[in-house]
Amino acid sequence: MEIISASGLTKTYRGRTGTVRALDGLDLTVAEGSVLGLLGPNGAGKTTTVRILATLLRPDSGRATVANYDVVREAQALRRVIGLSGQYAAVDENLTGRENLVLFGRLYQLGPREAQQRAEALLVEFDLVEAAGRVTKGYSGGMRRRLDLACALIGQPRVLFLDEPTTGLDPRSRLALWEVIRRQVRDGATVLLTTQYLEEADALASRIAVVDRGKVIASGTSDELKARVGGERIEVVINDRAQLDDAARVLGVALAAAVDGVPVDPASIAVQRDDAHRRLSGPARGGAARLVHVLRELDGAGIRLDDVALRRPTLDDVFLALTGHDASAPVAGEPSAATAAGGAA
Amino acid sequence: MSAVRDGLLVAGRNLRRVPRIPELAIFAILQSVMFVLLFAFVFGGAIPLPGGGSYREFLMPGIFVQTVFFACVVTAIGTTDDVNKGLIDRFRSLPMARSAVMSGRAFSDLVYNAGILVVLMLSGLAVGWTVHTGPLALLAGAGLLLLVTFAMSWVGIWLGLMVPSVEIANQVGFIVIFPLTFLSNIFVPPETLPSWLQTVAEWNPCSTLTGAVRELWGNPNPYASDAWPAQHPIAATIAWTIVLVSVFAPLAVRRYSSLSR
Repeated sequence: MEIISASGLTKTYRGRTGTVRALDGLDLTVAEGSVLGLLGPNGAGKTTTVRILATLLRPDSGRATVANYDVVREAQALRRVIGLSGQYAAVDENLTGRENLVLFGRLYQLGPREAQQRAEALLVEFDLVEAAGRVTKGYSGGMRRRLDLACALIGQPRVLFLDEPTTGLDPRSRLALWEVIRRQVRDGATVLLTTQYLEEADALASRIAVVDRGKVIASGTSDELKARVGGERIEVVINDRAQLDDAARVLGVALAAAVDGVPVDPASIAVQRDDAHRRLSGPARGGAARLVHVLRELDGAGIRLDDVALRRPTLDDVFLALTGHDASAPVAGEPSAATAAGGAA
Repeated sequence: MSAVRDGLLVAGRNLRRVPRIPELAIFAILQSVMFVLLFAFVFGGAIPLPGGGSYREFLMPGIFVQTVFFACVVTAIGTTDDVNKGLIDRFRSLPMARSAVMSGRAFSDLVYNAGILVVLMLSGLAVGWTVHTGPLALLAGAGLLLLVTFAMSWVGIWLGLMVPSVEIANQVGFIVIFPLTFLSNIFVPPETLPSWLQTVAEWNPCSTLTGAVRELWGNPNPYASDAWPAQHPIAATIAWTIVLVSVFAPLAVRRYSSLSR
């Protein structure tokens, strides 16, 4: 059952610095109870997508429904079933943690007692009980994000939008926040999260949609996407630089040889070499059996190794293969949430 | 119903912030006290009122009016701050009344500025200002001041939603409000102005409100000309309030719902 569905979304920002086509016919579906990771570099259109689905922004064209509500025509009814946690922690820094939760709970149309009870439960769940009576100005980045997420959950939404939930957090806080997000999913929430961290999409999302220049260019499970890039790779580090040429030749032959009756097209085998780190790598057709064969051949040729690994491609490899450019290379244009709200019009 | 409830929730949130940022209220009061001292002691002796009367009694109603007009800059700054900190995004994603962020702001401004006016009136009493007409007239004058506060809040909200940063909200507010309060009958006689500016000063809401309050409280108002707003300052002030609210409230609401569209 699809709980989020968008088709043909377009959005163009017109600003002083020119026009930017943020969305260019974006299609998306998310199954109820699943986590979709919207993965892409800065300016790909991730935030714009979330802002449209969360009723903050109208698309120029295209249609989207969330929980069967049209995001434009039934926006007010839709707001009762969604929670939004933005890129910039949207809590009031002059209110305490508890006051923030109760305020947003009341504005979510909970009764006074219910809002209080939900607030206390969330303070416990998010490990904020001690800080609950303090003004949030003094909170650490991680505490602020946890409170922000708690505010998004105050009304027990069916669909949770998380726009770059861990940007700017230290690794420990990030792991803690991941755990909190996983718990929401176990409790049955549907989550759409945007991230620039390939590792984060891999860790949290059951499905990943790769966004580039306002379109979804690939989607599937993390494993499916990795398979599209060509499966596992063998990586070896040679001990003696003088043996690098020999090693590359032996490795090329060993990778292309038939192992366990699996024929390999030699044309598809390219050994990558990184001279500075004395590192060689290439595709490992046949997995572990191939690794054993390669090691035997290298050993037989008298080549000494410092390190060896059978490594699955990272989502960085996926992005490079799909788009032809680095995930970290920013594309100029997408206004940040703050400037878009402030007056991009 | 929910619009009122949500508006009060937002107003409560705004008021809760006041004691946590005490500098805001303290400097709002200090600025007004500074004007009282400056004009009462530096210029007061050099500006004789035609027909006699105490310059300080003449001055104080104008100081109250000036405070009320400058308050809309604080409103604008607060609104811009909410937009830039992402709070408006949070509010807009909630199933709350669309008007509540703005009506809540206008209402909390009313309460906040009523508090500031009380402090200023007490300091006015200390420098020799007084109300000569009675408690009902006192309340009528205060009511008129608050009515204009409410109207100017909507100007501030609209301005706050239009500008990209707090600094610009501050500057634009200052550039508009400062000349407005000086191009009036608050400190000096308007008849020394060139005639077209004199007309502007006569119709200026700062002048009509100041004239109305002086009249209601029995404080000297020697510069009332024959122009209609100077002769009917109370009616002119109420008319201004209606005009300001009916222009700027819809503009602000429209801007709010189309933010970042």
